[in-house]
Amino acid sequence: MADIALQSRTTRRPIREATAWDQLRTNRNWLGFWFMLPAMAFLILFLAYPLGLGIWISFTDARIGRPGAFIGLENYEWLWDDSIFWLSVFNTLLYTFVASSIKFAIGLYLALLLNENLPFKAMLRALVLIPFIVPTVLSALAFWWIFDAQFSIISWSLKQMGLITNNINFLGDVNWARACVIFANIWRGVPFVAITLLAGLQTVSPSLHEAATLDGATSWQRFRFITYPLLTPIIAVVMTFSVLFTFTDFQLIWAMTRGGPVNATHLMATLSYQRAIIGGVLGEGAAISNAMIPFLLAAIMISWFGLQRRKWQQGENND
Amino acid sequence: MTDLPTSRIDLKAVLSGSSPTAARDDHSVGMSYLESLPRRLVTLYLPLSIIVIVLLFPFYWMALTAIKPDDQLLDLNTYNPFWTWNPTFKHIHKLLFESYYPLWLWNTMYVAICSTVVSIVASVLAAYAIVRLRYRGAQWIGGLIFLSYLVPPSILFIPLATVVFQYGLFDSPLALILTYPTILIPFSTWLLMGYFKTIPFELEECALIDGASRWQILTKIVLPLAIPGLISAFIFCFTLCWNEFIYALTFLTSVQNKTVPVAIVNEFVDGDVYRWGSLMAGALCGSLPLVILYAFFVEHYVSAMTGAVKE
Repeated sequence: MADIALQSRTTRRPIREATAWDQLRTNRNWLGFWFMLPAMAFLILFLAYPLGLGIWISFTDARIGRPGAFIGLENYEWLWDDSIFWLSVFNTLLYTFVASSIKFAIGLYLALLLNENLPFKAMLRALVLIPFIVPTVLSALAFWWIFDAQFSIISWSLKQMGLITNNINFLGDVNWARACVIFANIWRGVPFVAITLLAGLQTVSPSLHEAATLDGATSWQRFRFITYPLLTPIIAVVMTFSVLFTFTDFQLIWAMTRGGPVNATHLMATLSYQRAIIGGVLGEGAAISNAMIPFLLAAIMISWFGLQRRKWQQGENND
Repeated sequence: MTDLPTSRIDLKAVLSGSSPTAARDDHSVGMSYLESLPRRLVTLYLPLSIIVIVLLFPFYWMALTAIKPDDQLLDLNTYNPFWTWNPTFKHIHKLLFESYYPLWLWNTMYVAICSTVVSIVASVLAAYAIVRLRYRGAQWIGGLIFLSYLVPPSILFIPLATVVFQYGLFDSPLALILTYPTILIPFSTWLLMGYFKTIPFELEECALIDGASRWQILTKIVLPLAIPGLISAFIFCFTLCWNEFIYALTFLTSVQNKTVPVAIVNEFVDGDVYRWGSLMAGALCGSLPLVILYAFFVEHYVSAMTGAVKE
C-alpha cells in the first residue's frame, strides 16, 4: 500500500500554470462576460445604439432612403411652432392622465373585490386577465366595430331604451373619439393593474384587519390605514409601468382612429409614425419621439423616489 | 442604491396572480362571515359581475360578429343583435381559404417562437451570470437591464428602421426576430433572476465540489429547478411577440410577410360595409391561439409559486 502511494506521489505531474485559456474559462469575471454576451449583444445593437442614433437623427434632415445632414435644433424649432405637435402633446397628457387614474381606481377596486372569498375565484381571475392576453390591435378592432358610426351596438341599445334618438358618432366627434380611445385603453389596462395589485393584497396579513376590526375600525379606515400603506410599493411600480405604456401607446390609436378626427386623438407616438414613416421625414419624426423622453424620465424618477420614501418609512435599510 | 426598485415584489407572484407568501394558505373564510348575503350581493357580486361583463363583452361581440350572416349583421331591428340562430362559417372560411390569413398566422407564430427562444436562451445565461457568477459590476448590469425594459418601442422604431435597412433586413421576418428580443430580454432576464435567486446556493456548491463546470451546473441543476419560471417567461414573451405591432408595421411591407395584427389592420379594412364579418373573424382567429395557450398554463402559473424550490 505504502509503495503505491509513494509511487503515485513521485510520478505526479507538476502543477500546471493557469494558461490564458484557463483564465477565460474559469475566471469569474471572464465567465460572467461570456454568459452576458448574447443578451448584451442584442441590447447594445438593437436598443442602445438605436437610442443614440434616434437622438442623432433628430438633429438631421434625414428622409427615408437618404441620410441627412446635420441641421442642429431646426427640427425642434420647427416643432415648437407646430400646433399639431402641441395638440398631440396635449392629447398624450390627457390620455395618460385620465386613463391611468381611472385604471388605477378600477384596478384597485377589482383587486379588492377579487381578494374576497369567492366561489370560482381562480376562474374569475383567469377570465379577468383575458383582455390583457389578447393582442391589443385585435381587441381595438372589436372596439372599432362596437363604436361604429352606423351600426354601433351601444347606439342601438340606447335608442331602444329611448335615451337618444340619433346614433352617436363615436369615433367621428372630437370629444367622443377621445373618450372612446381612453375607454378602450382603460379596458385593456385594468386587468394588468388588478391582477398585480391582487398579488400585493395577498401578502397583507388578515390578522391586521381582524385586529383593526376589534378596535372598531370601519372598512374605509381599514383600507386607508392598513391595506393602502402596505400596498404602496407595488402601486408605485404598477403605476409607473401603466403610465409608461399608456404614454407611449401606439397600436390602440392606430387601429381605432389613426389619429383622427382632425388630429384629436393623435398621440406623440402616432404623430411621429405618421411624420416619419408615412411622410418620410425621419428627422422630424425622431424629434417628436425624442420629445417623449423627458416625460418618461420624469415618470420613472417620481416612482423611484416614491419608492425610496416608502422604504425609509418602513424602517428598512436603504441598501 | 444598487438594489432594483422592484426587488421587493415577487414577479412570479405577480404573473401567477397570487403570492408565494399567501397570507391565506389556511383557506379560512376570514372575516367574511360578518357580512350578510344580501350585503355581499350588492357590495361584491354586483360590481364584480358588471366589471367582468364589460371586460368580456368585446370578445363576445367579436365572436358573434364572426359567425353572423351578413344580412343580420347590419339589420339590427329585424333580428335580435345579441344572438343569432343561424350561424355561418362563411367569414371564417373566406379567411382561411381565400386570403393569406394562414400565411400571416404562420408568420406570426414563426417570428414569435424564434424570438422567444432566442431571448430565453440569452436571458437564462444573463440572469444566471448576474445572480450567481456575481462578476464585477453585476449589480450595475442588472440595473441597466431593468432600465432597458423601460425604453418603449415607440421611441426606438424610427432609428431601428434605419438600422434594419442598413443591415439589409428590411421586409424580412429576420428583422422582427432580431428586434423583438430587445423587448423580451429585459423582461425575462428580470423574471429569471428572481427565480434563480430562490434556488438554494448549496445545491450549486455541492455540484462545484463534485467537479461540475459552470455550464453543467446551469444545465443539469439550475434549469431543471427553474422550469416553472422558464414556462412563465416563455408564455409571457410569446404573448408580447404576438401583441407587438409598431415594429411589424414599420419593418414589413409585402403582404405575404406580415404578421396577423398588422395584416388585419392593413389588408382587411376596405370600404365594404360587409367587411365586419371577416374583420372580426380575423381578430378572433388571431386571439384564439393565445387564449388557448393561456388557458392551459394558467394552472401552471399558479403551481409555479408552490414549486418545490420555494420551500
